[in-house]
Amino acid sequence: MNAASLSVNLEQIAAGAVEQARAAGATGAECTITQGDEFSVSVRMREIESLKEAGSRAAGIRVLVGQRTGSSYTSDLSPDGIAKMVHAAMDLAKVTTEDPHAGLPEPERLGKLAQDLQLFDENVEKLEAAKRIAMAEEAERAALDFDPRISNSEGAGFSSYSGRRVFANSLGFVGGYRLSSCGLSVSPVAKEGDSMERDYWYSAARAFAKLDSPETVGRKAAERALRRLNPRKPFTQKAPVIFEPRTAQALLGDLFDAVNGSAIYKHASFLTGKLGEKIAADCITIVDDATIPGLFGSTPFDDEGVVSQRTVVVENGVLKNYLLNSYTARKLGMKSTGNASRGITGNAGVGPGNFFLEAGSKSAADILKSIPNGLYVTELIGGGGDTVTGDFSSGAAGLWIENGELAYPVSEITIAGNLKQMLMEIEEVGSDLEFRTSIAAPTLLIREMTISGQ
Amino acid sequence: MSFQDSFFAERFGITEHDLESYLSEALSAGGDYADLYFEYLATNSIGIDEGIVKSATGGVTLGVGVRVLAGERTGYAYSDDLSSDKIRKAARTAACIARGPATIVKTGFEVARQHDLYPMLQTPNEVDLAERVELIKRADRAARAYDSRIFQVQASYADNVRHVMVATSEGRLSFDRQPMARLNVVAFAREGDGSPQHGHAGGGGRVTLDFFINEKTPEHFAKEAARQAIVQLSAKDAPSGEMTVVLGPGWPGILLHEAVGHGLEADFNRKGTSAFSGRIGQQVASPLCTVIDDGTIGSRRGSLNVDDEGMPTQKNVLIENGVLRGYLQDKLSSKLMRAASTGSGRRESYQHIPMPRMTNTYMLAGDADPEEIIRSVPKGLYCATFAGGQVDITSGNFVFSATESYLIEGGRITAPVRGASLVGNGPEALKHVSMVGHDLKLDEGIGTCGKEGQSVPVGVGIPTVKIDRMTVGGTAA
Repeated sequence: MNAASLSVNLEQIAAGAVEQARAAGATGAECTITQGDEFSVSVRMREIESLKEAGSRAAGIRVLVGQRTGSSYTSDLSPDGIAKMVHAAMDLAKVTTEDPHAGLPEPERLGKLAQDLQLFDENVEKLEAAKRIAMAEEAERAALDFDPRISNSEGAGFSSYSGRRVFANSLGFVGGYRLSSCGLSVSPVAKEGDSMERDYWYSAARAFAKLDSPETVGRKAAERALRRLNPRKPFTQKAPVIFEPRTAQALLGDLFDAVNGSAIYKHASFLTGKLGEKIAADCITIVDDATIPGLFGSTPFDDEGVVSQRTVVVENGVLKNYLLNSYTARKLGMKSTGNASRGITGNAGVGPGNFFLEAGSKSAADILKSIPNGLYVTELIGGGGDTVTGDFSSGAAGLWIENGELAYPVSEITIAGNLKQMLMEIEEVGSDLEFRTSIAAPTLLIREMTISGQ
Repeated sequence: MSFQDSFFAERFGITEHDLESYLSEALSAGGDYADLYFEYLATNSIGIDEGIVKSATGGVTLGVGVRVLAGERTGYAYSDDLSSDKIRKAARTAACIARGPATIVKTGFEVARQHDLYPMLQTPNEVDLAERVELIKRADRAARAYDSRIFQVQASYADNVRHVMVATSEGRLSFDRQPMARLNVVAFAREGDGSPQHGHAGGGGRVTLDFFINEKTPEHFAKEAARQAIVQLSAKDAPSGEMTVVLGPGWPGILLHEAVGHGLEADFNRKGTSAFSGRIGQQVASPLCTVIDDGTIGSRRGSLNVDDEGMPTQKNVLIENGVLRGYLQDKLSSKLMRAASTGSGRRESYQHIPMPRMTNTYMLAGDADPEEIIRSVPKGLYCATFAGGQVDITSGNFVFSATESYLIEGGRITAPVRGASLVGNGPEALKHVSMVGHDLKLDEGIGTCGKEGQSVPVGVGIPTVKIDRMTVGGTAA
């Protein structure tokens, strides 16, 4: 079956499942179907370690019977499998409670972006296995050959996915889109005396041509592992902290959780009730935008069929909008921002489009120069921010800053603060914003955090 | 059980001859070993929020994974369709890892010896849905009744039954029916206009619904979640820096999971990338510490009759009186390291390649009185509950996050403090253990361990333990 007719076929199955649910007494229904092929290869110490290749499909349905909901899913897309799934969801709807806010999106909000979002690249699918293996081999080789202290490796991997996602609901919405992604990663181990450190670097993209070269990924991974060798444990102190983009991304992830409509209506976020208030430094503008072509967080419509959009969440430090699906919007008396997200079944949650902190004008190097004594965080491990209270505490590793320069590596430390205060104390935002995942941030400088060491 | 009576033979008409022919296909391009992992997973989950049962979801996934080992190489493919054509296609794909003449598959299977750790009186799917709903409604009511400051409650109940069958080219055949159930409660507390706080509790294991009626009731978990939320209302900022830390019994055993467990998984050690590599026989902990990984404890969340490669699980000594004794092996690592199986090969599903993993990891009890341990600390931190943890295998640095802890001042537990991360180094941290209590407790059955993108259920346990030096990541001086 060719690609176009497969899409049509899956859309027909989804619409058929919705129709069956209606026939069985559902007042509303929504069905999601995914189908995809995955490939991954790992190479370690210049030899292939594993090869994996497979395809799978899954369907999920959510039914409304009045104000009650039930959900089910199956990996069996045969007529019998779909019928059983619909039947199971109808049964489950009997045990739930009437929820006055349960429902489908308002019909006028349903729709699809017309533009080509460049979510699918046929070159990902067409790439020969030998080339995929070679990419991983070259990336690891670039790391191993970079420095004699790179003496071991956790391996390098190339992975790819191509598939489609289809959605139909009982308001007449039927839509689908194809997706592809590919990624290249390397995890070298650096060794010197008794010190052994590992780091990693990766590149990921929807289109094969957007992937960084194996050479670039391998060298960067090696540099990162090498600069961690022979770490010290600094004294416990309060000091400025610079988050590089990879760790700033984690902070932004905590902020996403705090503007998620589910946490807001439950009063489970430190940002509940703060719309229109100043919650961050003037230099902070945060946007969620699912309409940018080629990025991981872009989609023509969200997971309940609402057309994707751009939402300004924080503007010059002022909280402008929460991120909502149709349920949380009804709970809060607001409008959905097109952020419905779910696997294939169940009530939709809230997920990011491309959720990012807008770049500033200073380079990371210039920001570094301004710090006489502080921490440059390259890795966060465990812990993180508490959405309810804003308390933040995490393990960390990085480099100590002395007189505006990276002086020596540090590890076995924690950094702590409160997100409410940390947001207000962001003093600099770097110009180095890069979209590597659906949540992205540039280099950030926070005036002061507690660093626990010895 | 004979093969003919097994789930996959009965339900899908799979024969021993089919299994042999799939394995032959998998080894058609050579290779040392092949196996098939059949899985059928039926799940149910329900959730209550704001006193409304808002969600109820159930479903089924099934599939088969085919693996081929050739030296250090692994070829893997899977199918979510159990038709002969699709399984053969997966077998041919997995076979691509090998290059050579076909390897002959042994004919005939022997059904492997295995435990019977979780006899099931009824399968969860037979239990009326209304009974499950009643559990979460009870949890919701109990948490709200605990204290008037509890203003919001979320509870969920999930259970599943997994049927698995593993057939290997060495002629080993095993099957298992694995139940799992878990009840979870989150309670939110607020005092006046103050900022909200939250508490979490949950538990279960390889049990069915009757466990929550007869043993650990919804009220038990609900009160615990509510109690934690209320305690947090009066919590002060956590201290920062190095100090004496006392871990309470039970779930704080996550220390062992992060500090030593992961570092002892054989894959990292075979590759020489773990901070524990090459350290067997060395002192890596205080002589007071004996750490076990045991997959054979009845009904525990981390227990299995057979691991996901068809090997019986066992009780493995990792650290004995402070000396490193052994690693956790899966099939591939034990072949390459010429070590015996430890029954530690696990995978998330048929879509995943197995690897060495923990089961239930705990420290044996010592002889100290827990109260005496507290009295011996002039100034320090007592940690009762944790949220989770993470480790960097190569450097050995680990972090685990306390959600309920208290200051110890003058040998007494005093003020509660806010959540904080604790950090240490695996091969060093347990050397600072100076007292081990006689009160070993296993956790309530809430652990899920993530490694290389695969999640599997695990358990931990520990007695009250005093660690003379550990770095605490709070904000107070």
